[in-house]
Amino acid sequence: MNEAYSRPEAGQVPVLRLGDILLVTLQGDLHDSTAQQLQQDLSETIVSAGVTGVVIDISGVEIVDSFLGRVLAEIAAQASLLAARTVVAGMRPAVAITLVELGLTLPGLRTALDAQAAMALLEQPVVRSHAGGMRRERA
Amino acid sequence: MYTASEIEACLPIRSDMDLVWVRQHVRQAAALLGFGLVDQTKLVTAASELARNTLVHGGGGQLDVTPVTAGFGHGLRLTFSDTGPGIADLERALSDGFTSGDGLGMGLGGARRLVHEFEVESAEGSGTTVRVTSWVSRPPRAREER
Amino acid sequence: MPEHEAGGPLGTPTLEVRDFLRRRREQIAQRWADEPLFRAVFTLSRDEAVEAGKAVVDALAQVADAQRVEDSDAAGFTGVREQLGRMSASRSRAGLSITQVSNELASLWPPVDKLLTSELEERPAEELRACTTALSTLMGTLRVVAVQTALSEGQALIDRQRLQLLEVATPVIRLWDGIVAVPLIGTLDSARSQVVMETLLNAVVDQHARFAILDITGVPTVDSLVAQHLMKTVAAARLMGAECVISGIRPAIAQTMVHLGLDLGSVLTRASLADALGYCLNELGVAVSGPADGSAVRR
Repeated sequence: MNEAYSRPEAGQVPVLRLGDILLVTLQGDLHDSTAQQLQQDLSETIVSAGVTGVVIDISGVEIVDSFLGRVLAEIAAQASLLAARTVVAGMRPAVAITLVELGLTLPGLRTALDAQAAMALLEQPVVRSHAGGMRRERA
Repeated sequence: MYTASEIEACLPIRSDMDLVWVRQHVRQAAALLGFGLVDQTKLVTAASELARNTLVHGGGGQLDVTPVTAGFGHGLRLTFSDTGPGIADLERALSDGFTSGDGLGMGLGGARRLVHEFEVESAEGSGTTVRVTSWVSRPPRAREER
Repeated sequence: MPEHEAGGPLGTPTLEVRDFLRRRREQIAQRWADEPLFRAVFTLSRDEAVEAGKAVVDALAQVADAQRVEDSDAAGFTGVREQLGRMSASRSRAGLSITQVSNELASLWPPVDKLLTSELEERPAEELRACTTALSTLMGTLRVVAVQTALSEGQALIDRQRLQLLEVATPVIRLWDGIVAVPLIGTLDSARSQVVMETLLNAVVDQHARFAILDITGVPTVDSLVAQHLMKTVAAARLMGAECVISGIRPAIAQTMVHLGLDLGSVLTRASLADALGYCLNELGVAVSGPADGSAVRR
């Protein structure tokens, strides 16, 4: 918690480029404005850097409310328009339970256990893009 | 143990920076009272939703945090109040999918599912007060041996 | 002595019973020590049984002194409540029903009654009857106190066991690298479903599991609330990046679910735990082959 108190200024979300993939690490308690800023910046970065995948690591996030949930869903939708796939990685159990209770199941959002699994998911061919949470039973 | 002064608070809700303080204080208070991790997360998330409502729809207001006791149970009561335009149709505001601003329409209805008790008082033009309470859930305790 | 007493307009029958109990404390305790209830509980030494008996007699005398022979909450009983509870509990553990324990308690009355009658036999019949009635009431109240205590001990035991059940009833098993399973046995209520959900999701993180199997073979019924909890667990696992498979839906349960109009359409199900494991292994790209001929054992 102390770590969260001494968080740096709003707008500081570390974004790392690894090959064709952007790794975004969210941590602590996010200001609404920081999240919105991130959403705008990411679109630009996806275009300018020409990446094909975005991994958003939220393993350090203690709560996701409907606002942040919406931001995540919109980032994925925007990225998809820009031909990049998005994977949200590392959601904590308590956060997942709360989101489901809140009524936000975020269908269509790709998920992975952690950043590494997310990277592996993005390396797979596009046909299997619905791996992770969304796979349906095959006949 | 905790002292009431560590939990009781009156926090202003004027900016999105204040939302961060609200979440941190509620988290800390819930942890002190002995809420489990999942229940802490639910309560903090509900507080975040309601505080954002107060900020966005009520034009700002305040949150009062009070510890409550009933029998052997401990709980936390959060009262969000604003002097904004109020809610014209409560019934509709509480239904899922209703939204008057941005968000996924989970504000009031969603927050209600995350807490044990939920009350709204509002009338058009006279502001809104939302009072929620959650109790520390303990498995049934074996009675003290006599 | 009898003379002094006979002349007494002094006591109400209750107070006479009190005096009688105090006078005959030793004898009553000795007789009780031979009763099955005391014999069975205090197996080690007879002296211990006699001491316990004296404590009960003292309590009875105190209650009589307070003129509260009909009151099971009388302060006099406080001291022996624990002892009575221990005795009843030990008899229940020996396999006696609460009725049988109560009957054993009832058998404490006749020896005392006999003593009282023989002591007061020279008194007018009416006085004698009043005294025996008071004693009988007092002994009845003692029985109520003992049974009450036994029942509340039972309740405490049930509470403790409920708690233990919640803890032990949700074992998470690692079936394979990346596959965890929770075999559910018994009735799922809201509280337990919550525990199951949390346990399973925590195991997903700890074991780094891509797949989680919820096996409900041992769950007798599934109502809409339980089904809702299952769906929530599946949805939460998805958000975390794991896939949840539900296995062991028995035909009767499948029927109920259809009747209730529950849609598990978005949930991955398999008939048995083995099938679910087979599915997960296949998804992980693990091939399982048979012994000699190398034929696949499971899909």
